[in-house]
Amino acid sequence: MPRAETSTLQTVIELQDLHKIYGSGQAAMHALQGINLEIKEGDFVAVMGPSGSGKSTCLNILGCLDNPTSGHYFFKGVAVDGLNRNQRAQLRRHYLGFVFQGFNLLSRTSALENVELPLIYRGIHVREREKISRQALNAVGLTGWEKHTPAELSGGQQQRVAIARAIATQPAVLMADEPTGNLDTARSNEIMELLVELNNTQGITIVMVTHEPDMANYAKRIVHFRDGLIESDKKVEK
Amino acid sequence: MIWDTFILALREIRRHVLRSLLTVLGIVIGVASVIVMVTLGNGATAQVTDQIASLGSNLLMVSPGKRMGPGRDSTAAPFKIADAEAIAREVSSLNAVAPSANKSATAIYGNANWSTTLTGTTNEYLKVRNWSMATGREFSDDEERAGSAVCIIGDTIRKELFGQEDPLGQRIRLGKLSFQIIGLLDAKGQSTMGNDQDDIVLLPIRALHRRIVGNQDVSLIQISVIDGASTEKVQQDIEALMRERRHIASNEDDNFQVRDMKEIATMLTGTTKMLTALLSAVAAVSLLVGGIGIMNIMLVSVTERTREIGIRLAIGALEREVLMQFLVEAVVLSSSGGLIGIILGLLACFGLKDVLQVPFIFDPGIVIIAFLFSAIVGVVFGYFPALKAASLDPIDALRHE
Repeated sequence: MPRAETSTLQTVIELQDLHKIYGSGQAAMHALQGINLEIKEGDFVAVMGPSGSGKSTCLNILGCLDNPTSGHYFFKGVAVDGLNRNQRAQLRRHYLGFVFQGFNLLSRTSALENVELPLIYRGIHVREREKISRQALNAVGLTGWEKHTPAELSGGQQQRVAIARAIATQPAVLMADEPTGNLDTARSNEIMELLVELNNTQGITIVMVTHEPDMANYAKRIVHFRDGLIESDKKVEK
Repeated sequence: MIWDTFILALREIRRHVLRSLLTVLGIVIGVASVIVMVTLGNGATAQVTDQIASLGSNLLMVSPGKRMGPGRDSTAAPFKIADAEAIAREVSSLNAVAPSANKSATAIYGNANWSTTLTGTTNEYLKVRNWSMATGREFSDDEERAGSAVCIIGDTIRKELFGQEDPLGQRIRLGKLSFQIIGLLDAKGQSTMGNDQDDIVLLPIRALHRRIVGNQDVSLIQISVIDGASTEKVQQDIEALMRERRHIASNEDDNFQVRDMKEIATMLTGTTKMLTALLSAVAAVSLLVGGIGIMNIMLVSVTERTREIGIRLAIGALEREVLMQFLVEAVVLSSSGGLIGIILGLLACFGLKDVLQVPFIFDPGIVIIAFLFSAIVGVVFGYFPALKAASLDPIDALRHE
């Protein structure tokens, strides 16, 4: 997909003065202290920051896995903070894909069946499901590994399966939480190149949390968090 | 969607073969043991009831001596044939009165010998015991009066001494004397107490008295009361008559006893019923233990699988879809365990009924109860822990280690 002018692209994610407080009273931990962020369609955002800066908390809220304490989160113009559990699950099901640091694949389940999982919840028919899953595995370069279980795959391959699972549903946004955190440099670069390719060719919006500057540089935009606030928000010069 | 949930549940079962097998095994053992215990117990009760009926209905037994407690009878003067004759003459509503006396002896034919019990009695004995002849004839009046050396043998004696040979008309030696076989009794099989009822040789009572024991004692008088008459009334009449004949003063206790077979029957069926209840209770405990096994496995697996539930929720599964999957999984596992248990239990009953010689009585109630119990245990303990896990925030479930 050729890149259009940024200004004409639709806003997918908009955060307004987002707060997240864990615990209460003396023990209260202010993880997010007023985040304002806008992410447009087709963007590739790397969220960086030291441990405890709130970057993962923010990603979990973006991924509708967690609720903000206050503030607003609009996903494609819809206020997510007003949705109930099931509505948020529906939103995850239809618009979001997840890639985690720990891969989070179902053990003892073949790569193909892992990729099929979100499609089953979407109610896609068996044959269609298998076709899409094979295509997704092909897209991440795992053709021929369909029947292997996570235990039989290397870390890099497992993360590829996780990416295939995330993109099989053609999500609007792919959320990646330290996708290269458990991988060596060579595998990390492969995964990042795969994400860049998905972003370029399929136009999938990617929000990725990382603390490695090398990985962040693959993105188009880097947002720095510090102490629950956005410290900087820069475009990456290529 | 239901079909997809079913597929997901089956995949889970397949992914954890060992865990699934253990879960199923608990239910299988519980259900099978309950079914075996109850079915065999019912069979045993039915068998006892049957055998009591075959002993003869409305049977009273009069024996000398007073029962002092379990297995202890006081000694007292034995009856004479005249006592039995007096009962037959003076008590009304009687069908038959059979005096009898016993003596153990070795029966010898050719070079075969068999140690058995000789019963001296009259033709009335067959009437009282509801026993018919397979072949041959009963004693004639002359033979009874004269105490002739003739005998009627039970089926066990025929088998042991004659094999395939026809015993009728043959002579066997009982003790020192030779007796001619005039009849063969129908086979009755084992009694409730486990002794062989066919191991019997009947002689005219006077033949036993004169030729073998050398006294006039009658150790037991068996009486059958006509249908519809009150056994209580007859029992009282007999007691009164015997007190008179035995010269018992009104302030003395009886030195004989009259037992009603109905009482013994009630006692015996009561005992087997109690045994069945006891065995069923043991089986119910094993079902319960099986249930606790399932509970454990389900609880552990849900705890183990909290992270997996987190993954499912994160990629867009609804809470109720995750729950439905666990529910289907629990239902499939516990009901297949229940079914296997029922099949194994019934097969075991079929196998054991010949070994234990107990009739097979199918009780659909217990099958249904055992099955429902296993299904409910599986569902409850599969569902509720899952309910807890699925209600977590996906991110908490994912972080769960």
